[in-house]
Amino acid sequence: MAADGGSGFNIHPMDQFIVKPLFGGSDIHWYTVTNVTLWMAIGVLCIAALLVLGTRRRAIVPSRSQSIAELIYGFIHNMVEDVTGHEGVKYFPYVMTLFLFVLFANLLGLLPMSFTTTSHVAVTVVLALLVFLGVTILGFAKQGIGFLSMFWVTSAPAPVRPVLAVIEVISYFVRPVSHSIRLAGNLMAGHAVIKVIAGFASLAVVSPVVIGAVTAIYALELLVAVVQAYVFTILTCVYLRDAVGGAHH
Amino acid sequence: MEGDIAQMGKYIGAGLATIGLGGAGIGVGHVAGNFLAGALRNPSAAPGQTATLFVGIAFAEALGIFSFLIALLLMFAV
Repeated sequence: MAADGGSGFNIHPMDQFIVKPLFGGSDIHWYTVTNVTLWMAIGVLCIAALLVLGTRRRAIVPSRSQSIAELIYGFIHNMVEDVTGHEGVKYFPYVMTLFLFVLFANLLGLLPMSFTTTSHVAVTVVLALLVFLGVTILGFAKQGIGFLSMFWVTSAPAPVRPVLAVIEVISYFVRPVSHSIRLAGNLMAGHAVIKVIAGFASLAVVSPVVIGAVTAIYALELLVAVVQAYVFTILTCVYLRDAVGGAHH
Repeated sequence: MEGDIAQMGKYIGAGLATIGLGGAGIGVGHVAGNFLAGALRNPSAAPGQTATLFVGIAFAEALGIFSFLIALLLMFAV
C-alpha cells in the first residue's frame, strides 16, 4: 500500500493502529499482552494516580492535582444530575468511570509513539454495548413492560404513531453502532490525518509549513479528544434517562 | 478482469459514500449556528443548554457516521 519512494522514509498512516504482541511472537490470542493492553493499563494507572494521590491529603486549599480531580468529579456529577434527573445519580459511578477511561485513553493516545486504544472499534463497541445492554435491562427492570411505551410517541397525531414507532425502534437499535463508531471514527480519522500531513514533511521545501500544520491539527485533536469523551458520556446519560423513567417530557 | 472491476467498484463506492460526510457537516453547522444565534439573543440562558447542543451535534453527526461505516464496509467487508 505504501508508496515506495527512494527516500527510505516510508510510513503508512494506518501503521499506528496495528495491534502488536509485546513479548515476541506474532499470533494474538485472547490472553496475549499487546500494546492495547499496555496502554489501557497505563490509562487506568493514570486515573488511579490522579484520583487516589490527588485527593489523598484532602486539603482545604486544594493542590493542583486535587483541584483537577475535584473539578472532573463535580463536572460529571452535575452532568448526570442535569441530564438524567435525580433518579439517575445512583449510576454516577459508572458514568464517571466511562468518562475517565475514554478521556485518558484519548489523551494518552496523543503522546508521540503511543497507541490510541479508543481508535479501535473493538474497544469502543464493548463500551457502547455495555451501555446499551445495561440501559435496556435497567429499563425493563425499572418500568417493566412500560419501557416499551417510549417507542409509542403519544405527543404525535394518532395516524403517524405506527410509523414513528418503527423509526424509534430502528433508532434504538442503531444507538450502540453510532455511539461506538463516533468515538473510534473521530479518533482514528484525526490520528490518520496527523500522520498523512506529517508524511509531507519529507519534502524539505514544504516542511516548515507542514510542521506548523501538524501543530495546529494536534491542538485540534486535543480538543477532539476531550469533546469526544464528553459526548460519549453525555449520550450515556441521555440513554440512561430513558431507562430510569424521567424520559417523558 | 471481473475481480478488477469489482475492486474498482468497491473503491469508487467507498469514495462516493464519503460524500455523506458533507451532509453531516451541514447538519452540525446548522445546529451550532442556530445555538449561537439563540445564545447571542439570550446569553443568560446559553450555559444551561450546552448539553443539549452537544447531544444535537452528536445526533446530527450520527448519520454522517453511517456513511463512514458504509465506506468501511465496502473497503474491508464486501
